[in-house]
Amino acid sequence: MGQIPIQGFMYPNEVELQWSVLIVLYPFLTGLVAGAFILASLERVFKVEAVKPTYRLALLTALAFLLVAPLPLQLHLGHPERSIEMYLTPHRSSAMAMFGFVYLWYLMVVLVVEIWLDYRRDIVRMAQETAGWKRWIYRALTLGSTSISERSLRIDERAGRIITVIGIPSAFLLHGYVGFIFGSVKANPWWSSPLMPVVFLFSAMVSGIAAVMLLYMATARMRSKRIDMRCLDTVARYLLYAFLIDFSLEMLDLIQRIYEADESFRSLNFMVHTRLWTSQVLIQILLGTVTPIAILFLVQVAKFGEVWRKRIYAAAGALTLIGIFAMRWNVVIGGQLFSKSFLGYTTYKMGFATREGSLTAIFLLLLPFAILWALAKLLPPWLDAQLIEKGSVPGLPTAQTP
Amino acid sequence: MNVTRRHFLLLTGAAAVAWDHLRAGAPEASPNYNMAGHWWAMLIDIPRCIGCGNCVRACAQENDVPEGYFRTWVEHYHVDDFHIESPTVESPDGGKHGFPAVADKGGKDFFVPKMCNHCADSPCTQVCPVGATFITPDGVVLVDEKYCLGCRYCVQACPYGCRFIHPTRHTAQKCTLCYHRINKGLTTACCEACPTGARQLADLKNPRDPIHEFLKTHSVQILKPHMATGAKLFYNGLDGSVR
Amino acid sequence: MLRLAGVFLAAVLIFFGIRAFLVPKSFGEYGHYRGDAIAEIAALPLVHAGHQSCETCHTEILETKSKGKHEGVACEACHGPQAKHADDPGSILPIKPDAGVLCAQCHEASAAKPKWFPQVAAAEHSGGVVCSTCHNPHHPLDFGG
Repeated sequence: MGQIPIQGFMYPNEVELQWSVLIVLYPFLTGLVAGAFILASLERVFKVEAVKPTYRLALLTALAFLLVAPLPLQLHLGHPERSIEMYLTPHRSSAMAMFGFVYLWYLMVVLVVEIWLDYRRDIVRMAQETAGWKRWIYRALTLGSTSISERSLRIDERAGRIITVIGIPSAFLLHGYVGFIFGSVKANPWWSSPLMPVVFLFSAMVSGIAAVMLLYMATARMRSKRIDMRCLDTVARYLLYAFLIDFSLEMLDLIQRIYEADESFRSLNFMVHTRLWTSQVLIQILLGTVTPIAILFLVQVAKFGEVWRKRIYAAAGALTLIGIFAMRWNVVIGGQLFSKSFLGYTTYKMGFATREGSLTAIFLLLLPFAILWALAKLLPPWLDAQLIEKGSVPGLPTAQTP
Repeated sequence: MNVTRRHFLLLTGAAAVAWDHLRAGAPEASPNYNMAGHWWAMLIDIPRCIGCGNCVRACAQENDVPEGYFRTWVEHYHVDDFHIESPTVESPDGGKHGFPAVADKGGKDFFVPKMCNHCADSPCTQVCPVGATFITPDGVVLVDEKYCLGCRYCVQACPYGCRFIHPTRHTAQKCTLCYHRINKGLTTACCEACPTGARQLADLKNPRDPIHEFLKTHSVQILKPHMATGAKLFYNGLDGSVR
Repeated sequence: MLRLAGVFLAAVLIFFGIRAFLVPKSFGEYGHYRGDAIAEIAALPLVHAGHQSCETCHTEILETKSKGKHEGVACEACHGPQAKHADDPGSILPIKPDAGVLCAQCHEASAAKPKWFPQVAAAEHSGGVVCSTCHNPHHPLDFGG
C-alpha cells in the first residue's frame, strides 16, 4: 500500500485500483464489434449498396474481435476457473451476469449465424472443390446443409436479412450493456449516468466504422487491388455522422456536469485538469475527436483528389481509434483515480510483463488481427474472390467488381 | 480460586455456551441460534471514540486481515471553523496504531470508525454476477469465498469503500460483523476491544437490546443516505463534514 | 435452417444437463447464494475469547476492575486475543502487555481526542516513568495501601 503515491485522503481500501488496463481493453474490443456490425447492416438492411465491398470484411472483423473480447476478462478475474458460474447461477440483478447471455446470444445467434448464412453457398462450393484437411473443415462448416438450389439460397437471403434486423438491436444491446455496467454504479459519480450506455454505443460505432475502413484500405493495398472510392467515401461519411452524434453526447455530459456542479464536481474537475489532462483533453478530445471530425468535415465541403482523400481517411481512422481507446481509458481508469470521499486521488501503476500489464494488453490488441487473417483465409471476404460467377444464379444481386 | 466454584460458573448459561464454542472449528453454530430471530446492526458513538485503534487491531487479528487492507478503519477529521465542506482527513495505516498526537489549532477534531454498513439494500449484492455475496436472513452481508470469482464489481459498487480483494486468495473480503462470534452470543472483536463503548453491536429484532432505547432517544445518522443503501451502521453525533 | 435450430436445441439441452451437475446443492436455500456458506462462515475459529470467559476464572481481577474507571474495558482490549489461552489455560500463557506502550495508545494527550477523556502528556505527567509504576491497570485511580 505504501508504494502507491496518493494525494489528499482516500479510504484505505481505495488506494489500489480494482480494474486495470484489461478492463479498458474490453469495452474497446466489444465496441469495435458493435460498430463493425452496424456498418455491415448498413448494406444488408438499409440497402446502402455503396458499402458492399466492406460487408463480409466487417462481419469477419466483428467475429475476430468478439472471440478475443472475453480474454482480458478471464485474465483479470481472481478465479477464472469459476467464470462458468456466471452461466450456471447468474444473478439476475447484476448487469455483468446478464451481459454474459447478451454476449452469448450475439456471438452464436447473430454473428455466427449471419456469417454462416451469408457464406453458405461458398462453403458448399469450397467443400466440393478443395482437397485435404481443408475439405474436412468446410464439410463440417456446412452442418450437412449442402443444397445450393435457387430456393435454398433465397431462404438463406431472407433468413440473413431477418438475422441482421435482429442483429442491429442486439449489437446496440451488446455495447449498450457494457455502458450500463458502468453507468448503473451509483457509488461512482464519474460513471453513474443514464447517458453512459448511449455514449458507449455511439463511440463504439465510431470505432467500429473506423476500424473496418482502415482494414479495407490496408487489405486492398496488401492484395494490390484498387480501392472502391465510392465505398470508401460512403464509409467515411457515415463515420463523420456517427462522430457528430458521439461528440454531441459527450459535450452534453460535460456541459451539464460543469453547470450542475454537484458534490463530486470539484474533485472530478481537479482530476481532469491534473491526472487526466493528457489522456482526456489532449488525446481523447483534441487529437481523437475534434481533429478527425474536422478533417472528415473538410472532405465533405472541399474538393480533394483520391490520393488526398485516402490520406485523410487513414489519418482520421487512426486518430479515431486512438481517441476511442483513450475514452475507454478515461472512463475506466479515471473512475478509479479519485476517492469516493472526494478528498483525494491515487495513481494507476500499470505493470509491463504482468498478467494485467501493458504487454498483455498489446498482445490482446494484436490477437484479433491474427484471427482475422486466419478467418479471411478460410472464408475470403473479398468480392472478387467469391466463387459464384456473376449472373450464374438468377435473381440474386451480382457482386460489384472493384 | 477453588475448583468447585469454577465448575459451578461453567454451568451458567452464557458462560457455558461461550466455553463450548471456544474450541476452534466447531462445525455447527450455537444450536440455539435461529437466524430468523435476529436483525443485526451496529451503533458507533462518535463522541466516545478516542482513536486508539484497538478495534482495527482486534479485527485484523480476529479475521486474519492481510497487511495494508482493512475490514474496519478509523479516520481522523479536522474541520476548520465553519468549513464543513472541506475537512482534512487522515487515516495512517487505517488508524491501526492510533494517531499521532496533534496540538490544538482551532476548529474541531474527532474520529470516525468505518466498516461495512451491512446495508439492507446493498449495492454490492445487487451487482455480484454469481451470488457470491449476499445478505443472510439475519441481516449480515457476507462473501462466499469459495464461490467468488474476483471480478471486483462489488468493490466498485460499494459507496463506502469497505471492500477489498484478498492479495493471495483473490476473492472479495470485508467485515463479516464477526458472524462466527455473534451467532454464539459473543460480540464482535471490534466491540470487544473498544475501551470506551464507542462501538456497540445491536440486534434490531431483540426488544431488550439496550441500543433500541438509544436509537430512539438520540439523533443518529447513516453515511451517504442519498444512496438509499439501507445502511445499518448507525452513527451518533456524526458531523455533517463526514464523507 | 432446421439443422441450425437442431444444433442450438442440442446445445441448450447439454447446457442444462451440465448445470444440474455443477451447481452446488445448497444454492438457493435462503436466496441467490450457496446456503452452506453461512454455516462455513459461522464455523470460523474464534481468536478473541470474549470477556465472559475470562471472568469465569479471573474473578478477583474482575471484582477489582469493576470498582474503577476501567470497568467497561474488556480484558482483551489490553491483553490482546486470548482464545487459545482460554481453551488451554495451563499451557498457553498470555504475554504481559508493555505498559510503556499500551497506556499511551489511549491516554496520550491529543487535541484530536474528546475533551471528556482522561489524557495526559506523558513526558510532563511522569517524566518518563512507566505508567504502571503508580497506576494499577485494573484500578487506575486506586493509589491506596
